[in-house]
Amino acid sequence: MENNHTQRLWKDLDKPVLLIYLFLVIAGWFNIYSVVYDPETTEGFQLAARYGKQLLFIGFAFLLALFVLVADLRVFTQFAYLYYGIAILLLLAVLVIGTKISGARSWIKLGPISLQPSEFAKVATCLAFAKYVSHPALNMKKVKNQIAAALWFLVPMMLILLQPDAGSALVFLSFVLVLYREGMTGKVLWAGLIAIILFIAALLVNNYIILAAIALVIGFLIFRNKKTFKNIALGVLFFALCSGYVVGVDYAFHKLSPHQQQRINVVLGLDPDIKGAGYNVNQSKIAIGSGGFAGKGYLQGTQTKFNFVPEQSTDFIFCTIGEEWGWVGCTVFLAAYLWLIVRLVKMAERQRQPYYRVYGYGVACIFFLHLFVNVGMTIGLLPVIGIPLPFFSYGGSSLWSFTLLLFVFLKMDARQ
Amino acid sequence: MKRYTLNKSAVLIAIFLAVGLIYWIRLFQLQIIDDYASEAQNNTIRNKVQYPGRGLILDRNGEIIVYNEPVYDLMVIPGQVSVDETDWNLLADLLELDSAGVRERYAKARAYSRYAQSVFERQISKEVYGRLQEYLYLFPGFDVQSRTLRRYPKPIAAHVLGDVGEVSEEEIKRNPHYQPGDYIGKSGLEKFYEEELRGKKGVKVVMVDVRNREKGSYKDGALDSLPIPGEKLYTTLDAGLQEYAEWLMQGKRGSIVAVEPSTGEVLALVSAPGYDPNLMVGRVRSRNYNMLLTDPQKPLFNRALMAYYPPGSIFKLPQALIGLQEGVIRAGTGFPCDKSLVGCHNHADALSVAEGVRNSCNPYFYQVFRRVIMQGKDPNRFIDSRLGMEQWNKYIKSFGFGTRLDIDLSDAKAGYIPDAAYFDRYYGKNQWAFSTIYSLSIGQGEVSLIPLQMVNLAAIMANRGYYITPHLVRAIGEDQRPPEMDLSPRVPPIDRKHYDPVVEGMYGAVHLPGGTARRAYIDSIVVCGKTGTSQNPHGKDHAVFIGFAPKDNPQIAVSVFLENSGFGGTWAAPTASLLIEKYLTGKVQRKWLEEQVHDFTIFTYDEKGRIIGPPAH
Repeated sequence: MENNHTQRLWKDLDKPVLLIYLFLVIAGWFNIYSVVYDPETTEGFQLAARYGKQLLFIGFAFLLALFVLVADLRVFTQFAYLYYGIAILLLLAVLVIGTKISGARSWIKLGPISLQPSEFAKVATCLAFAKYVSHPALNMKKVKNQIAAALWFLVPMMLILLQPDAGSALVFLSFVLVLYREGMTGKVLWAGLIAIILFIAALLVNNYIILAAIALVIGFLIFRNKKTFKNIALGVLFFALCSGYVVGVDYAFHKLSPHQQQRINVVLGLDPDIKGAGYNVNQSKIAIGSGGFAGKGYLQGTQTKFNFVPEQSTDFIFCTIGEEWGWVGCTVFLAAYLWLIVRLVKMAERQRQPYYRVYGYGVACIFFLHLFVNVGMTIGLLPVIGIPLPFFSYGGSSLWSFTLLLFVFLKMDARQ
Repeated sequence: MKRYTLNKSAVLIAIFLAVGLIYWIRLFQLQIIDDYASEAQNNTIRNKVQYPGRGLILDRNGEIIVYNEPVYDLMVIPGQVSVDETDWNLLADLLELDSAGVRERYAKARAYSRYAQSVFERQISKEVYGRLQEYLYLFPGFDVQSRTLRRYPKPIAAHVLGDVGEVSEEEIKRNPHYQPGDYIGKSGLEKFYEEELRGKKGVKVVMVDVRNREKGSYKDGALDSLPIPGEKLYTTLDAGLQEYAEWLMQGKRGSIVAVEPSTGEVLALVSAPGYDPNLMVGRVRSRNYNMLLTDPQKPLFNRALMAYYPPGSIFKLPQALIGLQEGVIRAGTGFPCDKSLVGCHNHADALSVAEGVRNSCNPYFYQVFRRVIMQGKDPNRFIDSRLGMEQWNKYIKSFGFGTRLDIDLSDAKAGYIPDAAYFDRYYGKNQWAFSTIYSLSIGQGEVSLIPLQMVNLAAIMANRGYYITPHLVRAIGEDQRPPEMDLSPRVPPIDRKHYDPVVEGMYGAVHLPGGTARRAYIDSIVVCGKTGTSQNPHGKDHAVFIGFAPKDNPQIAVSVFLENSGFGGTWAAPTASLLIEKYLTGKVQRKWLEEQVHDFTIFTYDEKGRIIGPPAH
């Protein structure tokens, strides 16, 4: 009976996702080993070094995955709101009793282990959000319901911003994409895109030129469409909104703390300060760039070896891939990741239970946002925002939460 | 309906793939199109910090009082040194060290970090650097970093200027501008104006090969930035006057402060004994610092800003003003010199405020203060005294006493002025009256001032009714912009007319028979002054003098405080008069007085440099 159950589970499990998970985790470990590796040291394998600890984290992650697969799925789905409540309490607690590490109060120290509640909040929010959104009586076409659903991820996001940990908070915006899938109009995504473009423009270009450009575009649109009173009024309103936003961005930018301003300036190319804020990005670009087509070979990276790139084993781990494995390695890496994400979306679509579908989308979008922000930062397309690269960055909390996220969904999928 | 949802899923997948594609292309650009590869393959890029010179410090006449001298730090990256191939003995010879010291330094740097640069030997002189430079190519992993040290052409104003030292770990944590090995102002003006003086670091990005030889500028210097030197500091000090004041204070303990009353600009600020600021520079700094720290005369202690002294009789000036303003006395009010109230020296009874000030009559000011404190507002003398005390406290604090004067040196202390609550705590509520606190009338008891507050009182008298916060910097930088300070006049609530009789008394103290400050008299200049003798539990009385000159349109206000030097008229008054003469006429005619004052000492050094004399408290 037991055996039979296990066999069925194995048969229903999505093997491609499992394989890619194993591939990413193991490749991630070898990368961390390479970062820590000192060519001159004669000491053998050390459990206390980062690669040793990461091995322990991975071992525990596998146990966790096994537990998820074996346990009753209801352990997770039934108590989703409870977990969410606990996560919120932990996020509140960390603001008070948390340990400050590099400026943010985001860790709770329990003896030798440090835990990052925001990582577990990700899992809990995904479960609870999916449960709420998939409620049969809820019409997600209604804006009111969409706003109510958004509160589920906006609340933990705000709490994390208070730590302040902008990177972890940003991840929660991935649920906007899920909302879009579940009924929100695509106009919100367009508005977001316009907001980002205007944001960059507001900092790069003279504000009056932007306002003039907006006015031109709106004038053109009104000219092309029917010149009804309603259209003109809408145009004027839109113009007022845009100009308010542009002026607001300019104002808010100057209210930011100097180091945040600098990080944004570095990305926009306004501040080439390669000794200060631009240092990480410049070194990171050199490391990746010097990898060339095929890379320097495993353990052969000089830029990353000589500790030029800071946060090498955590946020900037992608540099090592770029330097040692080159463009070929990066292509394999990107392909594997995108394949995983797209496969998760496809799997989500095939779920019969709405709950499972929404959850699956949540997992896919969270992975996507991590990839988007982390890699974008190391290749100098996005500002420096501390956020781990799933399965690659050193650290237990993030590895466990990603494992948990993924395997709960695998279990859901297997239950079909 | 079904199609619609399918569309949305396709849109999301399209977004994911689009981002992937953009990143893929960007990676192609970085890794294949751009030439990072050729640059980083055999070369390593190194950022060489270009340190800016610290801002110069000038006196009020444009004379340079602090400048920079170039020195060199030898840096090392242990990971690039091949220990076996390095000629350690040659390196030791070049640096004038022994070979064990060289290896010890290497081990220390190695323990700190293999890859980060650390200082191997700091502040190498120009001469040693000249020889080392020729051989540097033999020592891969070593590199020279040019730095500057502070130098002082005249050994003056150490307490004001302060010193510069290497940043501590605390300071690095507090302010990310600093990196290990950077210098920072540790005290005095160097600390207060650190942000203006430090300048902006530049960077030179160079490529080095595996043997750490420079292979030229990276990207043709596109990423380089020049260091921006620190800004000049135009101080209010008069270097000549400061030097003269320090010369006069040799062998004495105490303080001299001189200000220009109309502007609050500090002309000289001396704490004695002092030290040569050149002692606190470079490699000798820590040894000398410890030596000065353990000196029983406490030369590091800035008495002008930090020492709490009972003001003695100079306190009678504000007491007279408060009495006049409260209307409890008039300019013509006289009191007999009744020695049963409080001790006094022998003189004729004072028949007016001016005579009271001139003779510094203790019973006279006992009466004035009694009338201020006990105005009969309440039949109960305890309650009445408490009311009077509260009123008096407001007045006296308006002279800048009991609160910190906002001078641009962070050392300045507040002094102490008691209030009713203090006496309540000390004696119990309604347990004290005028009779308990009368010694305040003559500046003894629970009151203490710092010398800066004393000269500020002289400035108020000179200005007849206001002061401007004393300050040491007039302008900053090439554009000579004024420092960010509130330099508006501060006005105690005393009517202008009440100053005249009190200033008349200060004139009389110097010029008329019976005056206590006759030794401050100068033929050519009308000096107004007030002496004080400050009783203290540490031996002989302290001598005080404050004054200003000329009487009309005053140019200088001075306070002289001499620890354990007896009556204020004896040494403090002539010291001040010499300073006034020096400042207003440019040179001192009265050589005999100068000799006398200079030769008066309360401690001396024996031939081995040890101190003979009573220790400081």
